[in-house]
Parts: sequence; C-alpha cells; structure tokens
Amino acid sequence: MKIPATKYPVERFTLDNGLRVVLTPDRSAPVVGVAVVYDVGIRSEPEGRTGFAHLFEHLMFQGSENLEKLAHFRHVQGAGGSFNGSTHLDYTDYFEVLPAGALERALFLEADRMRGPRLTEENLRNQVDVVKEEIRVNVLNRPYGGFPWLKLPPVMFETFPNAHDGYGSFTDLESATVEDAQEFFAKYYASGNATLAVAGDFDVAATTKLIEAHFGDVPARPRPQLPDFAEAGLTAERRESYVDRLAPLPAVAAGYRVPDPIADFTGYLPYVVLAEVLTDGDASRLVERLVQRDRIVTSIGGYIGFMGDEYQVRNPTALLLQAHMPPGGDTGKVLRVVDEELDRLATGGLAPGELARTQARMATHLLRDTDAVLGRALPMAVLELQRGRPELLNELPRLVGEVTEAQVVAAAATLRPEGRATVEVVPGAHQ
Amino acid sequence: MSVKTLPDLVPDSKIKLPKQAERTLSSGLTVIAIRRPAVPLVELRLRVPFGRAPLARATLLSQALFTGTATMSSIDIAAELQAVGGGLSAGLDPDRLLITGNSLAAGLDRMLEILAAVLTDPAYPAEEVGTERDRLVDHIQVAQSQPAHLARTALLKRMYGKHPYAVQTPEPEQVKGVRPGQLRTLHADRVRPEGAVLVLVGDINVEKAIDAAEKALGGWIGSGRDGTVPPTPALEPGPLLLVDRPASVQSSLRMALPAVPRTDPDYAALQLANMVFGGYFSSRWVENIREDKGYTYGPHTAIEHFVAGSSLIVAAEVATEVTGPALLETLYELGRIASLPPGEEELEQARRYALGTLRLGMSTQAGLAGLASIYASFGLRLNYLTEHSAALAAATREQVAEAAARYLAPARAVSVVLGDAEKVEGQLSALTSVERGVA
Repeated sequence: MKIPATKYPVERFTLDNGLRVVLTPDRSAPVVGVAVVYDVGIRSEPEGRTGFAHLFEHLMFQGSENLEKLAHFRHVQGAGGSFNGSTHLDYTDYFEVLPAGALERALFLEADRMRGPRLTEENLRNQVDVVKEEIRVNVLNRPYGGFPWLKLPPVMFETFPNAHDGYGSFTDLESATVEDAQEFFAKYYASGNATLAVAGDFDVAATTKLIEAHFGDVPARPRPQLPDFAEAGLTAERRESYVDRLAPLPAVAAGYRVPDPIADFTGYLPYVVLAEVLTDGDASRLVERLVQRDRIVTSIGGYIGFMGDEYQVRNPTALLLQAHMPPGGDTGKVLRVVDEELDRLATGGLAPGELARTQARMATHLLRDTDAVLGRALPMAVLELQRGRPELLNELPRLVGEVTEAQVVAAAATLRPEGRATVEVVPGAHQ
Repeated sequence: MSVKTLPDLVPDSKIKLPKQAERTLSSGLTVIAIRRPAVPLVELRLRVPFGRAPLARATLLSQALFTGTATMSSIDIAAELQAVGGGLSAGLDPDRLLITGNSLAAGLDRMLEILAAVLTDPAYPAEEVGTERDRLVDHIQVAQSQPAHLARTALLKRMYGKHPYAVQTPEPEQVKGVRPGQLRTLHADRVRPEGAVLVLVGDINVEKAIDAAEKALGGWIGSGRDGTVPPTPALEPGPLLLVDRPASVQSSLRMALPAVPRTDPDYAALQLANMVFGGYFSSRWVENIREDKGYTYGPHTAIEHFVAGSSLIVAAEVATEVTGPALLETLYELGRIASLPPGEEELEQARRYALGTLRLGMSTQAGLAGLASIYASFGLRLNYLTEHSAALAAATREQVAEAAARYLAPARAVSVVLGDAEKVEGQLSALTSVERGVA
C-alpha cells in the first residue's frame, strides 16, 4: 500500500531578538495550537537541583509581568481553550489549543511570560508542594512508578546529566530558592533559546504582524551554548534490580544505545523502524514469540527515547524494550529469547511483507498525530529548535517508508548483550 | 513597546457540522459516516449493546476477540490489518462492547472485511484464549494494586449496591474459570448487529463508505438479547467509607453526587455549575486545594454517563497528612456552590470554556469519531453539539444556582477515602462520620 503524506505549509522567520517562529496554517477546523519551546530540559539542571527544570516549568504558570497568579489559566480557559506544559530531557514546552478567535490572547500570554515570570517565595513553596504530590501520584504511591524512565538511566549512564532522576528528590526540590529560579530563567529562557509555532486556522500575514507586536520587544539575552552530553557506550552488560513494594508482578526494561538522532538521522531512523518491527502488535517479532508462543511475558513494548519522543530527543539516547512478566517470571530467560530473536533477525532477515506492513502502520500513527493542531505545533516547534527543519514532520511517513530491510537488519545486529543496560522490577507486594 | 493588556477575543463562528450520512441496515446495524479529509486516514468505532452480560466472560471476550477466525490466526489478523496501516482493538463498559480502530483511508474496505470476519466467524482457539486469560488475570492483579482502581471499585460498590454497575472489573478467580466454549456462546448470543452503531470518520466519501460497510458486514445478522439495564438507584448518602491501604503516602478522595443525562433540561446548567465548582483547572476547588494550599496535583470532577443513569464524580489524590483538610475544603466548596449563586464573571468564564471544549473536541477525526459513537449510544447524533452549545449559551445564573443546589449539595454526596487508615481516620472523623470498609 502506498504511503501517503501530508502537505502542511511551513513558514519560518526569526525576530530581531532571536526568537525563531514557525507558522503552519490549515483551515480544516476553526481552532489554533500555539507552542513555545525552550532549549533546556532535565539534562541541563544543576547538580543538587534534581527536578529543577520541571519545577521551573510549574513556575512559568504562576504569573508574569502583566499577569497575576491564576490569570494565565483563567485567560486560556476563559477563551474556551486548554493549556499545559511538559519537561523533557532536552527541552521544555508550553502550549495552548483554543478556538481560532483566541489566537492573539495566547500570543500575549506566551510573550508576557517570556519577558519574565513572577518568581516569588510563596509561589515557589506552593509549587514545590504540588510537584511533590505529582511525584507521589506518579511514582511513590503506585506500582511501577517511574519505570523505566527514572529507573533505567542510572544503570545505563555515568554522567549526572544523563543518569539523574528528572523528577527530583524531595530534598533537592525543597532546597530550591527563588534565586535559583531567577538564574535558571536568565540563563536558559532567552528568546534566542526558544521557538514559537502556531498551527491551525489563521492568516499568515496578520499573524506575523501579531507575533511581531507581542514578541518583538522581548529583550534579547545571550543564548547559552548547547552542552554536549555525549558519553561512551557500555562495553559490558549491566544489570540491576530493585524491589517495588507496591508491584505484584515482575517487570524488566532493557536499553541499547542508538546513533545520534540529529547528527546521524539516516543512521538513526532504522532503529525507530526496528523498534516497531519488534513490538508493534500481535504480528511483531517479540510479541509473537514472547507473549503468544513462549508465554513468558504478558506485554512487551519497544520505543526510542526515555519519554517516547523519538523525533524530539538528542544524543545520547536509547532503544528501550519494556516487558511485564507473569508470576515467577524469569528476566534472564526473557533476555535470552530477545537475543535469540535479534540474532534471527540479524542473520535471517525479514519475512516478505513484514517491513512494508510495519511502515504502513507507522505512517498511520504519524499522520494521526498531525490531525490535531497541537500534533503539528508542538513537534514543529521542537524540530525547528533542534534541527531548523520543521517541515520534517511532513516528510516522516515517506522517510520511514524508505528505510530498507538491509538497514533494519544491520540495526538489529548492533543490539548486543554487551551493550545492554537492564533494570528489573522485583515485586514487593503480597510478601 | 510591549502589549500590556489582554487582547479581546474574536467571536466564534457558528458551529459547522461536517458532511455526514447514516443508514440502518436490514440487520439492525446503524452505520454513520462523517467526512473530515484533513489526513488520509479513517477512524472506526463500533459499539455493540452488552448490558448485563456476565462480567468475567464479557471482559475476556473483549480481550480475546481478535484471537482468530476460521481462516485467520491472531497473527494473520494483526498482519493483514497492519498491511493497510490498520489496527483494531476491543474494550468493554457496563453498557457496550466497543471496537476501536483506524487505518489508511485506502485500507477501509480491507479493515471492514477483517472486522466482518471477526464478528461473524470467530474461532476463540483454546491456546490463544488461554494466553489472553492468563494475561487478563495478571492485568487485573496489577490494577488491584493501583490506588485509583481500588478507590473506584469501592466507590462503585457504595454508589450502586446491588445494581449491575456496582462491579465493573471481574475478580481474577472468576476469569480463570472461563472456557473458550463459553466465549463462543456469549459471542453468538450478544455480538449481534441489532442496536449496534458503526461510526466511520475520515478522508472518505460518506455514501461510498456506508456502501462499503453494508457490503462487508452484510453477513453479520441476528437479533441480540435484551440487555436493558434497570435504572440506577438514587445515591444513599451515609458515613464516609474509609478503606485502609497501609503505608499509602496519599489518600484517594472520591465523592459521587447525583447528575442527569445529556438530554435533561437541567443538564447544561448542571454542567456549568460543575465547572465553576471543580470541573476544570480554573475552578474554585482546583484553585483552592492545588494553587492555594498545595494539597494535590490533579484534582478533577466529571459527569459520567451510563445508559441507565448519570452521576457526578469528584476525585483527588491528596497527601496523607492533609487528608482531613482536603476534605474540609471540598465540603466547603460544594457547600458554597450549593448555597450561593455563582459570580457573573466566573460563570461566563466557565461557559466559554464549555463552549470552546465542544469545538476542540470535534476538530480531529478521532475526536469526531469518539463523540459520534458515544452520542449514538444514547440515541443522539452530532447535531447534539449545536443544540448543547445553544443550551450552554442560554443557561442563566439562576438556573445554574438551582442546579448547584439540587445536585452539588455536600449532604447528597457518597464519599470514599482510600488511604492509610491509621493516619487519616482521626482527621476525617473530626469532619464527618466514618465507617471502615474493605476494597
């Protein structure tokens, strides 16, 4: 089946203060998505301040130059829209989706906090409490909390930026000060260190004028140098385990380093396809073998990037396999069968039609995501930030479709046990 | 020079419904096709009436539906669907079996053929059913270690008593006893087109899509069984039910309040009252217990509709040490909205949010498919979006105050807390009478 493509138009320009802008109009629904992405994430937070990038994201919603606390939320929702933000390893995003008539309001709100959030002791203490509850609900009070995105990096990596807990320790969060926040904003939240993307129902010329009016006078500050977080890959297998007192059943996650997603996109893309060949659906290699035939796992998933953001992550990153096991499950056995299947793929190649059907399904997933205005604004803002190539979003279904069997087979051959980091969840419940 | 004042909103255009068509086939299956050509895909939703189906069997059936037909194995089904960029999966709620899928638009015919084979010629092979049964047992065991699941289980029992909605997840032991033959019997009995609704949304010609569905599903025939669920009982307020979860670092606070179906004349006013109270981020309750007090991360409230009744659910995970204070603020905010009319500005803000959310919800293929399918379950069509928008726009402050007094009064709430009982019982008992229960 021929893989179709989208043709969303892409307009790019840069304001005098360095803010890079992407406009992608589409009038099929009367809504707009606005995304502002800053080039700072978990990997850039200082030692002793784990979780700070995420805590700071919360502070960006606590009022700004012309806006009281609570005003941002009320103005977005009172316009019929929704908002959110999220902190990733390499970037932090802020976004709104609204009825089209609220576009200028969203631009005003984003520009106001780009000029400066209201960083007060009271708001900081309040949001430290909120973030602690967020960590309790997502990590501490539930089984498999933080598995594997917080649990595997310390096994896989050596350096603080790559290995530390991105949600943060309570001690570090409680130690955070308003001065820390001011420094973090001054250093990383410069307009030249950000991109703005608008997607949906708007006029390009009129919106360009609005963006200049709202963002044009955001003062320019020096853009921080992009750090290099590279570190050497593993030379010997690493395997660790921990007891999860709430988990009733065992689980395992394994990570393998992959090529640089930005500098070597051509070398990287086959790994993205490989992850799907291995784990997408009942007809994929590892699901068929481990779930259906051997029945040694109850589910298995594979993806690239610890937060599942394979086209929005920088080096170093990993292909992850994550499996949940039945009672008494044997991690060693699961890993041995994974190795067997990777060997079989590396030596025997793919079955007729196996690659094409995987690529067709990947195209559906990619296209489906872009149907939502935020499914265009957010990735385009990040693609502009990291690659200067927002139009890559249109090209991905085709590029995925052009990956060859030889490339997938070669990628599989590199996933060796000696380069693997594994973390095992030992069930601690009911004992 | 920077812009210091909030820009005005450009008024919304009238809601424009997409092109659509509908046909009820002789089998009793209704097919609704909706055109949104933005991306070259098609979304599929099929809801089949499944009320009062035996829970363990129905749950396993939904997990095992794609395990094979007379001519295709589970792997064949998955591979054939993938080849057209497709995927299908099934789920269950207390009223319906729901099949969800999507594919490249050019793959619609093939996806419908595979769906038809699964519906009319299922095999439920013993080996594959055994695998799915074990997976489901493990999955339920994991769910039973999740506080949100345990709190909901306790709340449903408290709300519904002996009504079929009281238990929505089977026990692992019940699932272990289900045999493939029982799934074949249940399928023959209940997976029937009568009363079922198929929704197709995407880059399609609506008439041709319905023709394709009629052609593919023409062999799916037979009447279903009467699955009418009796009306839900009225909520019976009583002592707060405290379920112990030793060493829990948070308490799961849940309340159920009465509500009305989407078609009730009070519904728009109730929805707005709920918004002002706790139904979105900029509500009194969220601003109070999160942004002022820092007790919680994601408190939320929602009106839940089942075919036999609606209810309003209040939910928050709060730190163990502030469980009592969080309940205090919740009771205060419910009491305030039930006793005093909302302010003009906070009502207008909630109204604009409710209206905007309707527009955002229909702006994607998947959003439209979900709305059309859910509405159809309740006998409604997409034009409900237009009608409900008008009702939201027209609801007066007095009507909202009346609805709040009638439905949001804390005296009418059924309350459950799951948490470390030893640490929270004293805090809660200071505010209300408490009884201990089990999950």
